[in-house]
Amino acid sequence: MRRTLELYIHIPFCARKCAYCDFLSAPAPAGVQRRYVEQLADEISCQSVHYPGLKVISVYLGGGTPSLLEPDEIRSVMEAVRSHYDIAQGAEITIEANPGTVSMEKLESYLEAGINRISIGLQSGDDKELRELGRIHTYDEFLKTYQRVRQAGFANVNIDLMSALPGQTLASWNATLKKVTMLKPEHISAYSLMIEEGTPFYERYHDHPELLPGEDEEREMYYATKQFLREQGYERYEISNYAKPGRECRHNIGYWTGTEYLGVGLGASSYVGGIRFRNERDLETYCRIPMKENEADKWLHQDIVKLSSKEMMEEYMFLGLRMIDGVSCEEFMRRFKADVWDVYGDVLRRLAGNRLIITDGSSVRLSDFGIDISNYVLSEFLL
Amino acid sequence: MPAIDQNKIRNFCIIAHIDHGKSTLADRIIEMTGLLTSREMQSQVLDNMDLERERGITIKAQTVRTVYKAKDGQEYIFNLIDTPGHVDFNYEVSRSLAACDGAILVVDAAQGIEAQTLANVYLALDHDLDVFPVLNKIDLPSAEPDRVAAEIEDVIGLEAHDAPRISAKTGINIEEVLEAIVHKIPAPAGDPKAPLQALIFDSLYDSYKGVIIFCRIKEGTVKKGTMIQMMATGACQEVVEVGYFGAGQFIPCEELSAGMVGYITASIKNVKDTAVGDTITDRNNPCAEPLPGYKKVTSMVYCGLYPADGAKYNDLRDALEKLQLNDASLFFEPETSIALGFGFRCGFLGLLHLEIIEERLEREYNLDLVTTAPGVIYRVYKKNGEMMELTNPSNLPDPAEIEYMEEPIVSAEIMVTTEFVGAIMTLCQERRGVYLGMEYIETTRALLKYELPLNEIIYDFFDALKSRSRGYASFDYEIKGYEQSELVKLDILINKEEVDALSFIVHASSAYERGRKMCERLKEEIPRHLFEIPIQAAVGGRIIARETVKAMRKDVLAKCYGGDITRKKKLLEKQKEGKKRMRQVGNVEIPQKAFMSVLKLDEE
Repeated sequence: MRRTLELYIHIPFCARKCAYCDFLSAPAPAGVQRRYVEQLADEISCQSVHYPGLKVISVYLGGGTPSLLEPDEIRSVMEAVRSHYDIAQGAEITIEANPGTVSMEKLESYLEAGINRISIGLQSGDDKELRELGRIHTYDEFLKTYQRVRQAGFANVNIDLMSALPGQTLASWNATLKKVTMLKPEHISAYSLMIEEGTPFYERYHDHPELLPGEDEEREMYYATKQFLREQGYERYEISNYAKPGRECRHNIGYWTGTEYLGVGLGASSYVGGIRFRNERDLETYCRIPMKENEADKWLHQDIVKLSSKEMMEEYMFLGLRMIDGVSCEEFMRRFKADVWDVYGDVLRRLAGNRLIITDGSSVRLSDFGIDISNYVLSEFLL
Repeated sequence: MPAIDQNKIRNFCIIAHIDHGKSTLADRIIEMTGLLTSREMQSQVLDNMDLERERGITIKAQTVRTVYKAKDGQEYIFNLIDTPGHVDFNYEVSRSLAACDGAILVVDAAQGIEAQTLANVYLALDHDLDVFPVLNKIDLPSAEPDRVAAEIEDVIGLEAHDAPRISAKTGINIEEVLEAIVHKIPAPAGDPKAPLQALIFDSLYDSYKGVIIFCRIKEGTVKKGTMIQMMATGACQEVVEVGYFGAGQFIPCEELSAGMVGYITASIKNVKDTAVGDTITDRNNPCAEPLPGYKKVTSMVYCGLYPADGAKYNDLRDALEKLQLNDASLFFEPETSIALGFGFRCGFLGLLHLEIIEERLEREYNLDLVTTAPGVIYRVYKKNGEMMELTNPSNLPDPAEIEYMEEPIVSAEIMVTTEFVGAIMTLCQERRGVYLGMEYIETTRALLKYELPLNEIIYDFFDALKSRSRGYASFDYEIKGYEQSELVKLDILINKEEVDALSFIVHASSAYERGRKMCERLKEEIPRHLFEIPIQAAVGGRIIARETVKAMRKDVLAKCYGGDITRKKKLLEKQKEGKKRMRQVGNVEIPQKAFMSVLKLDEE
């Protein structure tokens, strides 16, 4: 089998920083954005020398808000990709888009550039909740964007949602799910809000968790999501991801299953050849790096870690278990030439005893309770 | 070496409130008398433990001999005996004073008299020392030497108008201090031909020489070959070497005779045989009676010390044994805790002593420790007429067997500016203090006198005092004795199991409050488990407070963005690391720091 590669492209710009967001992203003037795109295209081409002959099976333009890029900017980024990498037939090529930033002209440019999947950040169907999050759009604006996306001809669409929001109730969450499923997107991501340090939400809620839905309510939302989406024909295939059959996000599955990926752009993470590294995180510094073969890497790549086989085992377990089907014992043996029961016997028996995982002869997966407290369970797999 | 003329010896110490410049003045005296050039001087020669320098306090008594050529053309031998500077070491201070004939009282010319200044002066006067004051830090812009001199005369009754006004830091007027030592401190008395009578004021263990005894010869003479006997402990050995103290070194000499300060070695293996305050005599020509004032040093504060890693038990024992070689006041004996496994019940002179030992164990011996709540010694009078001294709350007999209990009480003096008198009185009241009286030192400062239970002041009283007086209050105390008290044992039950290491003795009136706070604190410290964990406080089997650590409900990492696996792994690693630093009690994992949380009950 030929070696495959996934490509992640980071666009660190947004119209306005949301109150909960701790991603590497910020508003920037058009000139900075333009300069960044040039630099990004140069990085894409100069990095390609390391990956001759690799089949790129997915491309993901994430952010930030990649849909802020102008049509010609998207074109130049995708041109750099197409002219330097071998893109597989039928590869999944996704762009993240935010309501209120997507014109028909942009959508057409995406299609021209070969983008075949759009992930729309909605987060909530309730305008009050959207305001509290600091989103730039209303539900109606989202609807217009969604319709435009469908009109343009996109047949593979994801909608991002968030539960456990300030002021959210089980009823309002159910209403959001109902509205969204009526639109019949192919994929739904439903995350619980995390309060991250350094965000306005941290200031507001870290010392006042009582202002957020309680854990019990949050778990009810989670169970309701699984139940309701299944009734609507969406299968949960990862802790927070649901899809119509065959529409699972291949790019994300790659992260959980140890596929190699190259991240380009500001602060992007990569995993290639058993090595993890991360790009420079300062925008100005990034834009000054000479993007030349054999010279860019020493400026660009940081936190370079070569994984030991022990670390690869750990990752295989704690990432793979995020998938609802869990990890395959056979695959573990094939990769590490060791029996998962020899390496993790004690842990597996203990966790199974506490009904946190379900084991049968061929696989290990999280139980519903194990999913609820997955951090606790997954940390057990660190050797 | 020519015989030393007794009239040319001056044995003295420097007394001061903490931070008033005692060690700095000692440095200047040593430097000016030519023992060391200032280049050789490391700042504060006498505080030679790292810890002492860091904390700016003297823990062990230090002594140095220097020679001063006075303005009268004569050479004088100065024996400067530096005394420990903390109330924990009060007895050691009193023995060091007993080795002197006079004392220099250092008073900060900006701050004036503080609680320890008074306590130390009274202690010195009790020992019949001639005390003369020195006003230090006159280089400070805030110095008010006239006011402070008047204060010394008014409050202490020492003549101070002609006191040397110095800056030990910058070296101003040190010469005046040296002359005052010659003229104001009396030469020692004593007959070199009388039977030997020498006071032990400190000792030190040296792996080559054995115990090195620091002593002041009151009567008689000691030299190599003298068969000495410690009158209190009875230990008997032949003298191997005598000598005096250079700066940081021991200098052997022929003999030590009445009036001199020096050291004796005699192949003694254990500092316990050379108790501070004991009298050394010549076994073949003993003196009639020992010097007055000897007391057996007793530990005032006890706690359990456990290795965080149970496998380090032997390392901890070895380390304690080594520390004890130099510290006769450190007590330890093995004990077992259901929660913490094998460890030691240790006794200390006070909380500072405890902290110092703990810090040395962690720093010098690389041990990670779990400390249980410090407590005092309670006296338990049983119905069968027996009295037991209780150092470990777990050993409290069944309440049905107890007639009554007693706890140690201290007399405390607190000096504070008048604006904070109210706040400090409230604090003392909260700590069950009995108000004895108040004196105004001057219009803006007062001396408060209280009787306080020792167990109310051992943890954090000093901190509370400082915070409620914005750092202005100073404090000194001495043990007064035992008094009957309404005491109970507060037990903590975690998941219905009593955790012995968390039990402590408390006054009945504060049991409920403390129990409630304990439960609240433990609820914060104990992580959630797969099941619900009740935390209860109980007195005599009756539950008086309860909190619940809810079962783990949700712990999901939502997103893994753009493949940033490293960040996710770090989070899991932190979680895993947290699990390691736990103590398993029943099926509950308790973080080690939870055992220390009892100490911090008074934090707001």
